[in-house]
Amino acid sequence: MGLTGIFLILFLVVHVCVNACIWAMDDGRMFNLAAHFLGSTVVPRVLEIGLFVGFIIHIVQAYVLELQNRRKRSVGYQVPMGNKGSKWYSRYMGWLGTFVLLFLVIHLKDFWVPSRFGEMQEVSYVPGVDVHDLYGLMRDTFAGHPLIVIIYLVGCISLAYHLMHGFQSAFRSLGVSNSRYVHLINGIGIGFAIIVPLAFAMMPISMYFGWVQ
Amino acid sequence: MEHYTMNLTLKVWRQKNKKEKGGFETYSVNDISSEMSFLEMIDVLNERLVREGKDPIAFDHDCREGICGMCSMYINGRPHGPWEGTTTCQLHMRAFKDGDTIVVEPWRANAFPVIKDLVVDRSSFDRIIQAGGYISVNTGNAVDANAIPIEKDKADTAFAAAACIGCGACVAACKNSSALLFVSAKISHLALLPQGGPERKTRVEAMVAQMDKEGFGSCTSTGACEAVCPKEISITNIARLNTEYGIAGLTSDK
Repeated sequence: MGLTGIFLILFLVVHVCVNACIWAMDDGRMFNLAAHFLGSTVVPRVLEIGLFVGFIIHIVQAYVLELQNRRKRSVGYQVPMGNKGSKWYSRYMGWLGTFVLLFLVIHLKDFWVPSRFGEMQEVSYVPGVDVHDLYGLMRDTFAGHPLIVIIYLVGCISLAYHLMHGFQSAFRSLGVSNSRYVHLINGIGIGFAIIVPLAFAMMPISMYFGWVQ
Repeated sequence: MEHYTMNLTLKVWRQKNKKEKGGFETYSVNDISSEMSFLEMIDVLNERLVREGKDPIAFDHDCREGICGMCSMYINGRPHGPWEGTTTCQLHMRAFKDGDTIVVEPWRANAFPVIKDLVVDRSSFDRIIQAGGYISVNTGNAVDANAIPIEKDKADTAFAAAACIGCGACVAACKNSSALLFVSAKISHLALLPQGGPERKTRVEAMVAQMDKEGFGSCTSTGACEAVCPKEISITNIARLNTEYGIAGLTSDK
């Protein structure tokens, strides 16, 4: 879980950096070119296969572990421990992960499927090279569709809490026990779990309110 | 602290034996001194039950000074009760006030089956220790103190890990019934010291394999174990176990 988790965290870094290009205020030129680079270059396409494998291993292993763990206590407590000693999001990683998975399915349907298999509007910034207008697709998906924006925000909040536990937990699984690094990782983990999902959340919000041009 | 007496309502798990289905029974106890320990309060109740010709509440206890790891009650939704870093025997009734209702349950985990009332079978922990929680290489005769150089920080960390009394509160608190805090304390204790070095790979592999065989769950790092541990064993030991296990997995001969 830890290894695949860190791999997926690295993917989030790439994803958020590429998506942040929408705020270049150049009508999506930088964003569309960055997306075109990822979609048309061999290395990112190979990595994409690895990404799907990483997701599948992470998800399957998580559900198998969750089901196994639930069978370890046949008789429960009359008075549950609740938040005495652990954070709710640490105990509900399975549910948070399920929300993120549902969001992922919606997200892939909205953007990945059209850009790979669908008919996309093309734009040309360099003579002779047509690129998918993913920026336009993003604007059309969110602008005027508050329900979709809310679904994306729920996805981002679930991701934030999933990371709040997952980031530091992944490094513990990998055996980082040096007290200096543990404190550093915990700090970076909290920062990452706030900043990255917040940046993702600002994307549909920016599109909805027309803050980017 | 001022002494006071209190009247309490106890809801205690009663179960005749391993096979029978248990249930909660409610008892009223009166004039309980705030200076009593929790187990002394149960003793008072048991004396009354014996006088009334009833079966007293079975519970584990031995040293009653917080070092043997026998007491094992889950009190009001927390192993060993409301105080931090405290065993049930060291929990005093001043933690409660007049009129309180206290729910007392046994440790709940399939790897710790209930034998009777509040007594659970923790021999799974013994079998984990038997699998490798010892040093079998010849370490020679007793040598002079400080003849083997050990860094002070390492000695302190090993000592802190060795403080684990194997009470099982970590398992009782964990939502997955994982025993990893216990196993990691035993692994850390020996891995940090030079005498534990020769068998470190076989030890961690054998102890983790036995832990899985006993039916404990996997660690998902919620931290509940560390929070309830009466000896305040650090969850960092789990990271150290993972390092030991990873190195053993990659480099051991088997």
